[in-house]
Amino acid sequence: MNDKMEVMNGGKALMKALEKEGVKEVFGLPGGANLPMYDELYKSNIRHILVRHEQSAAHMADGFGRVSRKPGVCFATSGPGATNLLTGIATAQADSAPMIAVTGQVPVNMIGRDAFQESDIIGMSNPCVKYAFQPRTPQEIPEVVKKGFYIAETGRPGPVLLDIPKDVQQNEAEITFPNEVRIPGYHPWTDVDITNIERSIDLLLSSEKPIILAGGGTIISSAFAELQSIAEMLMIPVVTTFKGKGSFPENHPLSLGPIGMHGHAEANKIMSEVDCVLAIGTRFSDRSVGTFEEFEKNLKIIHMDVDPAEIGKNQTTQVAVIGDVRASLRVMLKILAKKVLKKSDGNKWLKHVNEVKDYWRENLKLHPGEMSAAKILRKLREVLPKESIVTTEVGQHQMWASLFFDAIHPGTFFSSTGLGTMGWGFPAAIGAKVARPDVPVLDIAGDGSFNMTENSLATSVLEDIPVIVFLINNFSLGMVAQWQRTFYERRMIGIDLKKCPDYVKLAESYGAQGIRAQSLDELGKAVKVGLNSEVSTVIDIPIDPEEDVLPFVAPGTSLKDMILPS
Amino acid sequence: MWAILSIRVENKPGILFKVTHLFRSRNFNIDSISVGVMENPEFSKMTITTVGTEKQIAQIVKQLDKMIDTIEVKRLDENESVYKELALFKIKLSEASDSIEINKLADTYGAKVHNEQKDSLIVELTSTPDKIKTFEEVLKPFGILDSARTGVTAL
Repeated sequence: MNDKMEVMNGGKALMKALEKEGVKEVFGLPGGANLPMYDELYKSNIRHILVRHEQSAAHMADGFGRVSRKPGVCFATSGPGATNLLTGIATAQADSAPMIAVTGQVPVNMIGRDAFQESDIIGMSNPCVKYAFQPRTPQEIPEVVKKGFYIAETGRPGPVLLDIPKDVQQNEAEITFPNEVRIPGYHPWTDVDITNIERSIDLLLSSEKPIILAGGGTIISSAFAELQSIAEMLMIPVVTTFKGKGSFPENHPLSLGPIGMHGHAEANKIMSEVDCVLAIGTRFSDRSVGTFEEFEKNLKIIHMDVDPAEIGKNQTTQVAVIGDVRASLRVMLKILAKKVLKKSDGNKWLKHVNEVKDYWRENLKLHPGEMSAAKILRKLREVLPKESIVTTEVGQHQMWASLFFDAIHPGTFFSSTGLGTMGWGFPAAIGAKVARPDVPVLDIAGDGSFNMTENSLATSVLEDIPVIVFLINNFSLGMVAQWQRTFYERRMIGIDLKKCPDYVKLAESYGAQGIRAQSLDELGKAVKVGLNSEVSTVIDIPIDPEEDVLPFVAPGTSLKDMILPS
Repeated sequence: MWAILSIRVENKPGILFKVTHLFRSRNFNIDSISVGVMENPEFSKMTITTVGTEKQIAQIVKQLDKMIDTIEVKRLDENESVYKELALFKIKLSEASDSIEINKLADTYGAKVHNEQKDSLIVELTSTPDKIKTFEEVLKPFGILDSARTGVTAL
């Protein structure tokens, strides 16, 4: 059933369609080719949040989408506006985040003539969107919006691009809004695969050294309670991928933390010993598993995922359970509840796991300085309320966060893990704060990464979206510096940021608050000031530029070969 | 390993681009491709032949299936499907006997002769890719001036 036909222009049809999807905010920047839709945005009830660079608009929409699990919406004009969005769109695609990106395009009769600010954004974005539409008439707009939201938020979520030519925004037509849409080639829902869930249970129960590996899909499908129940029922230890951080409380006795290139030592050690893994919502990224061949050796893999194309892509699996992981885990729980579980002999495996965990928690050598990464991040955990949402930038600080900052409340930790986009954390934090104004939002940042999108300070101040930037400042592109120290015999090039800019003054110039913290005590106080502040706070924390992220699994090696601090 | 993929897609602009882009971005190769509108003009059928390991082919089928524009992706069994390709060869006629010989060969291989002129003719063969290859070898001594192939189509 469709609503009544109404005459309006395409821009208005777009706003009405977005409102029907429940959109209350869009992040964007206007330009020549999207002026007609901005004129209708002006007349609508949707809030416009102005950015200073389109990439940040996409990251804000991404952060909003990951936290609210509804697509965040970003607007940009044609040409450079659209290409500036691309990094943000690709980031959302790599991390399966729901997003609707709306770009202006030159008028239909100018397409293909190399018009001013024309770019073939449909072609350019093809490999990094879940889908893209270019409506050629105003009548198509309500349908593509409805389809776009449906595609973006169902199955494995992802970004959808709507590229709307200027005349299509401008022209009036008789518009109807469909209540349902049909996409013949898209079937995001599958039935729960009971047979393979039963096979998974048999395999898990017959294994001697099982583990659960929770990936980002666990967070996307909100399978937190189900994951915890299964782990506790079977007393199986839990590791996560980096993207799965926050799927399982890291202060839980069964938690070993993230595996991978900069995983916890205990997690990587134990992962190298297991004989069976229940992998939930993960694509077995090389950053998580090291070399594919080594990882799957002597290991039976049960793979639960909503995306059939992930099964067998990077790892050979014994049992595949395709479908929404939360639904699958629920059925698994039901079947398990009926089984009489024989407790294994004092659970030798778990005892061993705990010994390894205790050993590494006590004996991992840490940087000796007062302002070492471990100390400042543990201090942060102490003072930051558990329900706070944390995003990160990309670089050493991100991996230190993986190692030393425990995510405790479900779904409170987000990072650009797949594409590894520097500059993601701060705008994503702003988007997260828009989605959850009721909780504190903090970006664990590094100077190089924050530098890339720091002008979002203007957005946060002018739009009253206060977040905290916890800036671990080593005055360099630290991760590159670490690789140059480790693999290129200290031939340091292109990494020294020479204490420029001064982040306290920078924050102040935007009307935000800048605090320099040079001791743990000052740090704790600064976070508290930030939590109570009505404007964004940048806490500049100078550290030793020579501090490395360790442990470290070098690229092309396996988890058991991790490099430890000497 | 050689595989024939039969893909039913929505008959919309840009889908051929997306399918070929998928092959490129996933590091797979297209050996041949043929596309045509189906009896229901809402759909087109793409027939793609590709070479890869069993695992690679299984993966490309999954990735194609995942594409929103594909309605159905089938991997055809060579032994249970009909797969044909049309090839045209323009052959040089150097001696008077060449024409007779080529006509004889065409008969043997089930090919048709077209456009016979003083110094060249065109032969058309619809067959499997390996038989076309054999036929091409047989024609080579006469001198192949030009050739064109459609790529495999299959049911």
